[in-house]
Amino acid sequence: MSDVADRVKKIVVEHLGVEEDKVVESASFIDDLGADSLDTVELVMAFEEEFGIEIPDDAAETIQTFGDAVKFIKEAT
Amino acid sequence: MFDLTGKYALVTGASGGIGGAIAKALHDAGATVGLSGTREEPLKQLAGELGERAHVLPCNLSDPEAVEALPKQAAEAMGGLDILVNNAGITRDQIFMRMSDEDWQSVIDVNLTATMRLCRGVMRPMMKARWGRIINISSIVGATGNPGQVNYAASKAGMVGLTKSIAYEVASRGITANCVAPGFIATAMTDKLNDDQKDAINKQIPAARMGTPEEIAAAVLYLASPEAGYVTGSTLHVNGGMAML
Repeated sequence: MSDVADRVKKIVVEHLGVEEDKVVESASFIDDLGADSLDTVELVMAFEEEFGIEIPDDAAETIQTFGDAVKFIKEAT
Repeated sequence: MFDLTGKYALVTGASGGIGGAIAKALHDAGATVGLSGTREEPLKQLAGELGERAHVLPCNLSDPEAVEALPKQAAEAMGGLDILVNNAGITRDQIFMRMSDEDWQSVIDVNLTATMRLCRGVMRPMMKARWGRIINISSIVGATGNPGQVNYAASKAGMVGLTKSIAYEVASRGITANCVAPGFIATAMTDKLNDDQKDAINKQIPAARMGTPEEIAAAVLYLASPEAGYVTGSTLHVNGGMAML
């Protein structure tokens, strides 16, 4: 697993209080990891801070799963 | 009783009577205050009176870009942003049949849309801090209506719905959003009324007098305090009993 994925996973685990092994590539933040819509906004804020990037609202809406987040951040950094 | 030491508060319309009293009350409780308004001179004067922990942040609330930029400017100038008081408001009174689109739009823009933009702008820092206080200054007429104030009353009622919806969304993050709804308050605006007009107003008020800006400021101070952490989505009416809601 790449460094980006590890860092994203750490944020997700801490923020949503889920088991690390639940955070798989296809895991949906809302459907599988119990996030509500406000959690997803906070996750995006945390990603922005961790990776020093800006994630515009329309891009943020496409980030539904752990895999989506890792892919987006890899492309943005 | 209420201690706001270490908190940062942005107050719009701080050049007016009520806004100035709100800024003073928050400052007296230990908060650092950002004084916003269109007229820079009275803001500077107030900042001078308050001394340390007071920042002047001029902003024209009918300019969307300036409004968008204000929360960030305030947070940078003060060092944080924990409390937002949307107090600025304008009136363009006219009987409804003669009310122009412009009279309507300008009041909605400043009173309601600027309030929405500022609330949206403070969400990020408040969410991160897991603490925040939004206090929107509505009006008794938002609940009762008032002839000649279709635009103003709509904007003030709109603030209540906006505030309640925000309160719902962010309550779990330690952020509260409330309204204070003043009745008749003695300010420069009401000073212009003659004695007969004042008597007529006072007859409608069980307390038989107008309120003071300090009495509005006290309500804001309470809602801004840590003690009011369980109060959210409410409207605190401060009107001498004029409308018991």
